[in-house]
Amino acid sequence: MAKVLVVTSGKGGVGKTTSSAALGAALAQAGQNVVVVDFDVGLRNLDLIMGAERRVVYDLVNVVQGDAKLAQALIRDKRVESLSLLPASQTRDKDALTPEGVERVIEELREKFDWIVCDSPAGIERGATLAMRHADIAVVVTNPEVSSVRDSDRIIGLLDSKTARAEAGDKIEKHLLLTRYDAGRAARGEMLKVDDVLEILAIPLLGIIPDSEEVLRASNLGCPVTLHNPASAPARAYAEAARRLMGETIEIIVPIERKGLISRLFGRSVA
Amino acid sequence: MALIVAPEPPLGPWLAALDEQMGRSKQFFADRPVVINLAALRDQAAVESGFLDELAGQLAGRGLNIIGVEGLERAQLEGTRWAQAWVLGATSRDRLVLVPDDPPPVDPSADRPVDAPIMEPEPEPPTQTHLIVDRPVRSGQSIIFEAGDVTVLASVASGAEIIAGGSIHIYGALRGRAVAGVQGNPAARIFCRRLFAELLAIDGLYRTAEHWGEGLHGRPAQAWLEGESVRLAALE
Repeated sequence: MAKVLVVTSGKGGVGKTTSSAALGAALAQAGQNVVVVDFDVGLRNLDLIMGAERRVVYDLVNVVQGDAKLAQALIRDKRVESLSLLPASQTRDKDALTPEGVERVIEELREKFDWIVCDSPAGIERGATLAMRHADIAVVVTNPEVSSVRDSDRIIGLLDSKTARAEAGDKIEKHLLLTRYDAGRAARGEMLKVDDVLEILAIPLLGIIPDSEEVLRASNLGCPVTLHNPASAPARAYAEAARRLMGETIEIIVPIERKGLISRLFGRSVA
Repeated sequence: MALIVAPEPPLGPWLAALDEQMGRSKQFFADRPVVINLAALRDQAAVESGFLDELAGQLAGRGLNIIGVEGLERAQLEGTRWAQAWVLGATSRDRLVLVPDDPPPVDPSADRPVDAPIMEPEPEPPTQTHLIVDRPVRSGQSIIFEAGDVTVLASVASGAEIIAGGSIHIYGALRGRAVAGVQGNPAARIFCRRLFAELLAIDGLYRTAEHWGEGLHGRPAQAWLEGESVRLAALE
């Protein structure tokens, strides 16, 4: 049965689009049939992160408004056959999406794919609520800092009240994806620790993505990090998160600061 | 629960401060009935004719939901726009008061904030005097229960608020606001397992986190009313 997954956060710039692309690609690499849908109408980015910006002809708004067929708007990834992208429109705004139109497109996608990954825009307004509207599962992307955590908390409240599932009295599955985690800064108290974030948000942890230049490099090359460098730490963390979404039980290891020989020696002599 | 707003001379700077306060905490003024205390303006009102009408206009223009006035004798208000407001007794109480359910003379053009609470408890049968919330209260959510006590079995997030007619019991961390005894119950208390609150209020008297310092931070604590002040202590 197809699953609709929304990647959301409330706050901007925490890594929703990067995570949507990486999780979508990782699910596809694991053999699933995946479409990644960009809901950020007016500020589309997912096409760039996925390296498909020169192949966009029709977009989500065209399909929602009935100007194009779904098959015309879907862009198949050139690297992984089972991965597709439904881009957003850059020239329109979020009001171009209608609840009925979005519902129709999601239903149509459910028939074609195993996973429908919806990349939500930031904020709590129309774009974000429409992106989460039909979700079965939510991945809440959070950075280990207080403003991001509070915004995520707000989004969790909306997931529990404004989604179709919640309104029908059903529960929506929620997972926390902690991104930009820097073990050294967390140890020095400059970032929230994993336990602090979990204690505040009280939802299960899907994965911890270490802060890494590898992510930025992959984004700039238009390639999800799980495809660009599968051996890198963030790529492995995304791949494991994707397998947890598919139901596997894999232990989550909190990254710890790796100290060089010198700093260990000095650390000891100072202490 | 009503807010007491007490204008002070000179009026210009006071109105500017009010605007700043309203800008900072829209939610705090949203839909709350307001009683104006004019005691501080007694002298000015006596000499300047039209002064009170001008003040009434200034306040109405800010969308305050004014339901009453106090601090001046009724005779002083005769013939002004204030006369129709319900005089709540010319006492010196500079605190929030219990307000009857009279229909307030609301300014119909008053703007309501767009960001209304997203979760409100179901209308309860009148016999229920206790509300139990068994899941986390998330940022931006308000639990409003004027009929009695509220017990929360999880945490109350930063930016969330619990408003109860009676006491408030929180068996998780309190990071948001807790407002107890809203209908004028000075015996109401607030209990929480871990105190990180932004604001605590009982019977209209409130304290913000900067008042109680680091000593209670993260500890089990209770708040109660002693005379005219909110007291806090660790629960050990």
